[in-house]
This record gives sequence, structure tokens and C-alpha cells, in this order.
Amino acid sequence: MAQLEVDLVDTDGTIWSGEARQVSAPASDGEIGILAGHTPVLSVLRHGEVRVIEAGGAVHRWSVEGGFLSVDGDQVTVVVDAAEAVAAGTSGR
Amino acid sequence: MAGQQRVYRQRVRSTQSLKKMFRAQELIAASRIGRARDRMAAAAPYSRAITRAVSAVATHSDVTHPLLAERPGTTRVAVLVVAADRGMAGAYTASVIRETERLVTRLREEGKEAVLYVAGRRAESYFRFRKRELAASWTGESDSPSSELAEEIASTLLEAFDTPEADGGVGELHIVSTQFVNMVTQRPQIVRMLPLEVVEGVAPAGDHEALPLYEFEPDPEQVLDALLPRYVRTRIFACLLQAAASELAARQRAMHTATENAEDLIRTYTRLANQARQAEITQEISEIVSGADALAS
Repeated sequence: MAQLEVDLVDTDGTIWSGEARQVSAPASDGEIGILAGHTPVLSVLRHGEVRVIEAGGAVHRWSVEGGFLSVDGDQVTVVVDAAEAVAAGTSGR
Repeated sequence: MAGQQRVYRQRVRSTQSLKKMFRAQELIAASRIGRARDRMAAAAPYSRAITRAVSAVATHSDVTHPLLAERPGTTRVAVLVVAADRGMAGAYTASVIRETERLVTRLREEGKEAVLYVAGRRAESYFRFRKRELAASWTGESDSPSSELAEEIASTLLEAFDTPEADGGVGELHIVSTQFVNMVTQRPQIVRMLPLEVVEGVAPAGDHEALPLYEFEPDPEQVLDALLPRYVRTRIFACLLQAAASELAARQRAMHTATENAEDLIRTYTRLANQARQAEITQEISEIVSGADALAS
């Protein structure tokens, strides 16, 4: 299965960058989930949690303070004002 | 005669202690500049992402936004001056101030009134000393600006831009800062920030790939509404970071030159002191010899 190239950046630099299977983020009118092959989208984010699930099942979570998200091909860029890591776990899904 | 020698020795000593200070300043600047450049590089992904997104919205939709619109009829123009907090950086602050004065004069010729916003203590004291009115000033972080500072500056300026002119609002925003070209070249630059000109100058040069046809969530207006203030803040932050790196590079260079000048002075004064000592000895010998001669005859 195709992978997403994910970059999570804030004003002071790149927070996380790598390949992932799925990204979910708090879009302004509800949670948005992105898998490979998603249509290009540019979305405003509100306060909430960004989750990145790697191919191996490892989950990275950040609590973010709003920002925006752009999907372009399989390139996902999450731009946030401030992010704080929430303890990483493994997804049972 | 002996006094002469002592004066020279004293000068040598005081120049030596100055030299130590210059050297220390040079080393401090040199050690900080690496960090400043790293921060400049670290902020690049964010600004690239946001620039790309803004270009995408601007190309694919015909939305208008207050930050993009020209405001004809407004005569007040905000000028943000980014300079250093401390001196000992050669012509760094001076050249920023010179550019500012030139811009202010040009604006006045166009019939506009410049409203000054200043970051950096040196520039602040320059304008305060001349009794020029400052709309706002920020000091204390010129060599390592935080993103909070950029946020604060950006929100102050955006607020001024949002206010109608009658209530003290402004119609344009120019930024005078220093562009960090490389370690030896830093160029003062004037950028017109607001109203934004998104299409030209923003799309990174050499980036010819077409931007995809985005879907906007929830709609283009709101996306633009969220993006533009961030974009302005990012640009201001980038200016501050570049200015910080430039300040440190200018300081390092100025202090290096000062150290070399001090070394030259020390060499000159040491020679003069040696000459004075030699002259003194010669004089003493001739006094003794002539005294002995007078007794002998």
C-alpha cells in the first residue's frame, strides 16, 4: 500500500517527518482522516489532536493549537502554531 | 623624558585590555551566529509550507481579503524597523536607520505619513533622542528573537492595519530590516508587507511544478482568513531571524577589525615607548660623560 509522506512543522522547525499509513487531524468542521490517494485538500485546523499512524502500527500523537493541513498527492504537510507530544502508543487497529 | 615613557606604557596597557574585550565580543558573536543560522534554517519548512498554501489559495480562487486589498486614500503608513539591541556591530544599526530615513522621506514626498514601529534598543534610542514619535517598540530579543515576539509584533501591526484610518489605522506596512546574504554580506532591505502581493514574489523562484487543484475545508475564504495572518507573522519572524543572524555577523566582523586595530596600536605604542627609553638612556650617558669631563678638566 502506498505511504504518505508526512511533515509536521511549527514556527521553530520540523517536529516530525517520515512515512505513515494514516494521518488524522482536527479540521474546522470535524475530524479529517487521510489515507494515501486522498484528493488534494487545504484545511484549517482547530485545537485538538493530530495522530500519525505509521505502517508498522506505531502511533504518534500531538496536541495542537490550530494551524492548517495540506494534502498534495501523497505529501501531507501539517502546519501548526504549537504542538505538544502526547505519549506515543501502539494502535490496536 | 621619563614621563613620556610612562605615558606610552600606560597606553599599551589600556589598549591591551580593550583588545581582550574586543576579542571576547568577537568570540561570543561567532559562537552565537551558528545558532542563529540554525534557527533560520529550522524556520524554513514552516514558511515554505505556508507560502505554498497561500499561493495555492490565491491561484485557485478569486477570493478577496482585507489584507490583500489596496486601501486608497489612506495616508498613514506603518514602518517596522528591525535593528540591534546593542552596539559594537559596526554599521549594522546605522545602515538600517539610514534606509529608514530614506523611506520616510520618500513617503513624505508621496504625501504619506510614516508611523514608526521599532524593534531593537539602538534604533529606539535613536528615534527617542530625536523626539520622533514611536507607535510601538520591542527590545531585548534582537539577537535571538522568539516566535512569541514575532506573534506580538504581527498582531500589533495587523490590528493597526485593520483599524480605520480615522482611529489611527494604517494603509500600508513596510519593513526595514537586514537580509542575511552570507557571513560577509548583509544587505539592508525594504519590503512592502501589506497589502500583500501574493502572486508575484511569493512563489519560490525555480519552482515550476503546477499547484494541485485543492479542495478547501471549510471554504476558500475561511482558509485564507486563517492563512494570511499566519503568513504575515511568518514573514515578520523570518525578517527577525535574518536580522539576528546579520547583527551577529556584523558584530563578529566589526570586533575582528577592532582587535586588529588594537594590535596595531599596541605595536606602535610599544615602539614609541622603546624609543623614549633609548633616548632617555642616551641622554643620561651624555650627561654623565659631560659631567665627568667637566670634573677632569
